[in-house]
Amino acid sequence: MYPTDYRYTKQHEWVKIDGTIGTVGITDYAQQELGDVVFVEMPKSGTKIKAGTSFGTVESVKAVSEIFSPVSGEVTETNALLADAPEKINSDPHVTAWLIKVKLDDPKEAASLMDAAAYQAYIAAAAKDH
Amino acid sequence: MRYLPKSPSERQEMLAAIGAGSIDELFKSIPEKFRLREPLALPGPLSEAEIIQYFKARADENSVGYTSFLGAGVYSHLRSVVSDAIIQRGEFLTSYTPYQAEFAQGTLTAIFEFQTLMCQITGQEVANASMYDGSTALTEAVLMAERLTDRDYVLVARSVHPEYRQVLHTYAKNLGLKVEEIGFTESGQIDRAALTQDKLSKAAAVVVQSPNFFGVLEDLPPLAEAAHAQGSLLITTITEAVSLGIVRPPVEADIVAMEGQAFGIAPSYGGPYVGVIATRDKFVRQMPGRLAGQTTDAAGNRGFVLTLATREQHIRREKATSNICTNEALYALAATIHLCLIGKEGIREQALQNLAKARFAQAELEKIPGVRRAFSGRTFNEFALEFPRSVKLINAELLKEKIVGPFSLGVNYPELTKNAVVCVTETTSRAEIERFAAAVRKILDKPL
Repeated sequence: MYPTDYRYTKQHEWVKIDGTIGTVGITDYAQQELGDVVFVEMPKSGTKIKAGTSFGTVESVKAVSEIFSPVSGEVTETNALLADAPEKINSDPHVTAWLIKVKLDDPKEAASLMDAAAYQAYIAAAAKDH
Repeated sequence: MRYLPKSPSERQEMLAAIGAGSIDELFKSIPEKFRLREPLALPGPLSEAEIIQYFKARADENSVGYTSFLGAGVYSHLRSVVSDAIIQRGEFLTSYTPYQAEFAQGTLTAIFEFQTLMCQITGQEVANASMYDGSTALTEAVLMAERLTDRDYVLVARSVHPEYRQVLHTYAKNLGLKVEEIGFTESGQIDRAALTQDKLSKAAAVVVQSPNFFGVLEDLPPLAEAAHAQGSLLITTITEAVSLGIVRPPVEADIVAMEGQAFGIAPSYGGPYVGVIATRDKFVRQMPGRLAGQTTDAAGNRGFVLTLATREQHIRREKATSNICTNEALYALAATIHLCLIGKEGIREQALQNLAKARFAQAELEKIPGVRRAFSGRTFNEFALEFPRSVKLINAELLKEKIVGPFSLGVNYPELTKNAVVCVTETTSRAEIERFAAAVRKILDKPL
């Protein structure tokens, strides 16, 4: 379910590192919590973003949630698919429904985030608190 | 929700939480000269009989028996008593924001109808539940263009209502928005030559009014084309909404900011009125204000709800599109009732009458030696004239004849002190127009 080559944040975003480029999305757990996604607001290409700060929002029928970046860098691309089909976030959050690609300031930055096993333990604990 | 006053200790606690030592410190950004240091000078309580007397005296101050040729943003049009009778029903008059759709279907349906009518009449794809008035609608439209284009510079025609421009300047001052005003040509239209490629390429929007403050219709298609070529938007504002009965709707505009007063709302000493924002469907996320949408309930019945509320301040706080948290629901309803009463043919006929009477008045006035048209552009029910002497003096004389004269342009355009905008609507009779022309002739015949 959770790709082992991704890194995860406590706010339920994932990042996949390919050299100096990081691809960012929200996790399957996040999409389940949000419910049907109806709109995604994303930054323009060229925007500088910082790890831990909000770069956009995901709006579902239940709520609007900020999306926090797992990494720092410059946005090089946003997923055009989501403008017309935001529901892809519900059906395929880890692959086709990525949100942005970031040219990383420091490719090692993501190493401090959780790996798949740690993240699954984290959401299992969160589920118990519910 | 209960409204209970705060105790002094609660007050201190709240001040401490935001780091202010006292109420004075909290309001320190308000200059001292604007601070009220004594109780409001209000008269003492009155008995019921005294209150009735007081309001009767105030009502007698109304200018009964005057004929008006004053437009300039507010228009006298025929209104039906049906409108007043319906909006005074308690269900509408005292209803609160229709957040709870299950018992606000009446209000929500009315808002939805209003939005539909505004789209039909402006040729736009989506309209909101209304804004405070035309001037705030225009300013919100400019801020919307700023968000859509990511540009903080706007080009505004000087032929846009001066008060609308003042409201825009007030907002712009504290938002880091640069406003540049563009002059007009002998036609009375915006000076297109001044809209250089360089300016347009930096501008969020070009703002024009049509019919403009001089009554002249702007030519929207080339303006839209020039703006769009440089990534800029076209915003059109309309103060005389009845013009849309015969004038081609502003379909080229990206955002329409309109004053809806002309749709059956009394001039009422300057307000309240009802503003309208209408735009393209693709811009709806950046449109400010409340929006009613159509849906189906659990049983499959057609119903209405407030929708896309995440643009609004009660949900999004500082990320909202605007700080407007309300709408002019009652006047939006009044405009809806009015338009439904007169219908598509009715508004066309009303507009044609305005045009015909204005043409007649213009011809009568132009027969007077020294009086001539100020601009060559096409007009609707307002037109600018140049007089051989100061309009202020002419108007003072007209008032003695129980005629409210045309709007003196010198107030806002120092170069046009001998110019005035005459407004003639369907409420003005032929005899009144003739009496007005005769009075002007008599005044100008008198030696200075």
